[in-house]
Amino acid sequence: MATRVMLLVGTKKGAFLVEGDAARRNWALRGPYCETWPINHAVADPVSGTIWAAGGNEWFGPAVWRSEDLGATWTHSSAGLAYEAGAVPVKSAWSLALGPDGTLWAGVEPAGLFRSDDRGATFAHVTGLTEHPSRAEWQPGGGGLILHGVLPHPAEADRLWVAISAGGVFATEDGGMTWAPRNRGTRQDYAPEDQRYPEHGQCVHALAMAAGMPDRLYQQNHCGMYRSDDGGRHWTSIEAGLPSSFGFPAVAHPRDPETLFLLPLNGDQAGRFVPGGAAAVWRTRDAGATWQALREGLPQGNAYFGVLRRAMAVDRLDPAGVYFGTSGGALFVSADEGENWSCIAEHLPTVLSVEALVLDG
Amino acid sequence: MAEPVRVLLPDALVRLFPGASRQLHVIAGSVGEAIVELDRRWPGMADRLCDSTPAIRRHINIFVDGDKARLATALRPGAEMFVTTAISGG
Repeated sequence: MATRVMLLVGTKKGAFLVEGDAARRNWALRGPYCETWPINHAVADPVSGTIWAAGGNEWFGPAVWRSEDLGATWTHSSAGLAYEAGAVPVKSAWSLALGPDGTLWAGVEPAGLFRSDDRGATFAHVTGLTEHPSRAEWQPGGGGLILHGVLPHPAEADRLWVAISAGGVFATEDGGMTWAPRNRGTRQDYAPEDQRYPEHGQCVHALAMAAGMPDRLYQQNHCGMYRSDDGGRHWTSIEAGLPSSFGFPAVAHPRDPETLFLLPLNGDQAGRFVPGGAAAVWRTRDAGATWQALREGLPQGNAYFGVLRRAMAVDRLDPAGVYFGTSGGALFVSADEGENWSCIAEHLPTVLSVEALVLDG
Repeated sequence: MAEPVRVLLPDALVRLFPGASRQLHVIAGSVGEAIVELDRRWPGMADRLCDSTPAIRRHINIFVDGDKARLATALRPGAEMFVTTAISGG
């Protein structure tokens, strides 16, 4: 069987799987899975094909779902996915990432990090992050106080970055025992003028790692777009040329460390729609020096949707496929690195996350 | 042996645990003990009904013989423990 792509789509009402043909032209959708729980993020192990889906249900609390057969059957677990007695309980599992040593990391609301060393059967609290002295000052953003992004180093299992709204970016180099804020150079436009560049507290919206350059990170922030070439120790604005400093997702190209895809929105107090009611993915080919709007096939009028922080992805094929899902429940795909787009689903629940799994034969 | 307690579970919960049934009988002296027994039969079920406070989840309601209950609520022999999903959580 030819190489094909499966999209893992987390929505407000369950997970969906969308399987493409070899040309990435025709797509077949199935679901909803996970008993229609809100699924904030679904990821897959590219080797085994195991799928995990992180969510939280208002009745039944947080859990990470798992399927070993590409979605045919699912189990769920929240064993160990809990703070100590007396603390505000975990409400929802929010973000997942698979480390190079097979550790499954899970970010949760209220913000904290858990690890699973048995592929999602049980979890353990990474207390070092929750015990960081800045913890009491973290403030919830519009989506709650969430740890919404986990970025493992691709080779060094003890190195990890996390994104917290709104605590900022934190990094560990000892497997989670100790953490340091990595926010220097990112600003808070909503703070008093003399407090706009603090050590922590910034509202990071998304983190992405450049291919083959683990210390090059890109960050879409509530207030600006940034690049770091030293693992987040210093950030430089790369927002010149973008239609807005506000947006949610940032997705790095699978091979080219200079290429990044964004979907800017019109502003945090302007409805959070695509600017001018016309949708565009913005791409840089030079690490943020210049930007191009990619609009072919995307709605160019009366489009009042947003795209949430986890709702855009790339595959690892050449040319890379780019995918995003909207707040209005549409899914758009490009099989040519964003040049041309088509809509493959229109009436899903609000899309919370998209990831792409490449299946080989 | 003490007369067992009759437990009624909501469909949305039972669907999460293959093989679980909507109605069963357990030997338990309190709501908390009954939930421990449910978790023994279907591992993970306690996490769906209780948070780590520990307390019954905010949008889960448990009634014992018609009265709203807490984890510490005692179960008399032959009592009925009715577990339901709250309309507020839907």
